[in-house]
Amino acid sequence: MTTRMISGKTVQVNEEGFLLSPDEWTKEIAIEIAKEEGIPELTPAHWKVIEWCRQNATNGRSPTLRQITAGTGISTKEMFALFPKGPAKKVAHIAGLGKPEGCV
Amino acid sequence: MKKLLILGAGTAGTMVANHLSRRLEDDWKITLVDQHETHHYQPGFLFIPFGIYGKRDVIKPQRDFVPPGVEFIVSPIEVIEPERNRVRLTKEGRYLDYDFVVIATGAHIRPDQTPGLAEHEWHKSIHDFYTLEGALALARHLRAWPGGRLVVNVVDNPIKCPVAPLEFLMLADWFFRERGMRDRVELIYATPLSGAFTKPIAAKHLGSLLEEKGIQVVPDFLIERVAPDAKKIVSYDEQEVEYDLLVSVPLNMGDEVIARSGLGDSLNYVAVDKHTFVSPTHPNMFALGDAAALPTSKAGSVAHFAVECFAENFVRYADGLEMLHKFDGHANCFIESGFGKGLLIDFNYDVEPLPGRYPLPGIGPFTLLQESEANHWGKLMFRWMYWHLLLKGKELPLPALMSMAGKWQNN
Repeated sequence: MTTRMISGKTVQVNEEGFLLSPDEWTKEIAIEIAKEEGIPELTPAHWKVIEWCRQNATNGRSPTLRQITAGTGISTKEMFALFPKGPAKKVAHIAGLGKPEGCV
Repeated sequence: MKKLLILGAGTAGTMVANHLSRRLEDDWKITLVDQHETHHYQPGFLFIPFGIYGKRDVIKPQRDFVPPGVEFIVSPIEVIEPERNRVRLTKEGRYLDYDFVVIATGAHIRPDQTPGLAEHEWHKSIHDFYTLEGALALARHLRAWPGGRLVVNVVDNPIKCPVAPLEFLMLADWFFRERGMRDRVELIYATPLSGAFTKPIAAKHLGSLLEEKGIQVVPDFLIERVAPDAKKIVSYDEQEVEYDLLVSVPLNMGDEVIARSGLGDSLNYVAVDKHTFVSPTHPNMFALGDAAALPTSKAGSVAHFAVECFAENFVRYADGLEMLHKFDGHANCFIESGFGKGLLIDFNYDVEPLPGRYPLPGIGPFTLLQESEANHWGKLMFRWMYWHLLLKGKELPLPALMSMAGKWQNN
């Protein structure tokens, strides 16, 4: 466990840079992490997904991609266009939620 | 007469019937409903493709596990009507009223949810091992298979027994080596996750295991469709993986009755409190086992530990008292790694799998996150425990809540 400074705020992150506490998240942090993930600008479509994920996170875990597409009406193809290569993981990272993971 | 209705006679439902028939007084009537007459030992399916277990090892009549005094009805369930405290069965349109209902209708594979998967090549060059029929068909196929590219693909998470795809690959490595044909087989694991191991400590201890066994991992692979004639799987971002034999772990979903009753999320899982299993919308409704939307693994061990917490709580809850036990998401899983060895993982909502020793009086200790022969024998012995002790609700020397005893904390 380490801390890092993102957009002028010190937050706790894991080894891969995922926020440990969703409560420490801000929109400014999201913009900064999105840039690191190769998304230069967050459009309204990006924000729709990010906000839906934050509202529907259970116990700090991001919803699965299937839940996101069902909940937002955004197709899986569009999700890959918005958040290329592993959209579920990227959204979780940007939205300050836990990384999608298995049991080991 | 107070009525408890249990929907589904899998691991969770059968255990609830047994635990509560002993704990509840005579003024209770317990009814158990399932659409099947037979009970499947699902953890045994993994061994069937490799000829280690056969059909008779994993199937018994459900009535052997229904305790005296519990009514067992064989019928599909049409709909749950929580506003009216009743359930309608498909058989004869019969209604069952309840004071309390336990939903334990499980999770099932849904190959129909991926285009190309369950079409003309299903159970020919495309197989599953999460159903008895699928595991038996794959066993027949493997007996005559000349070799080639064997791809194991997980469609999406969550799945039942999340380590089973890895176990399948490690057993396949052993199986083909034993048959002297490992050099003619490529083993590939295409997973939607970022790797085979995603928890930091497990990844550190087990990361090299697949490489040593010659199993390739294709990470971040989210399948969109199968091209059954071209024999390849295609992801949403146009990655392609070719196969000669595809072993698919199709999308898992809760039962359709959950969707018909308007009680589930987008995958038909029922939202409940993760410590007590009470529905947030209906205080006389619980969901246990794979049917519940819980942030822990869908596994028999979770159902087992959850039911033990639930059974003690329920007797108090029905009397209007506070529930004392809080389930912690405890799971305990043997992982077959081939060549007569296995691993053991033990974790809960908050503690990821750690290395160390798992104490078990008389038999253990078992090695955690490390291969040993004892773990393999533990896994095989568990089938006997399942049929003779676990389902019948008898005492097992395994604590329901996770313990840190034996675990190493400086990793």
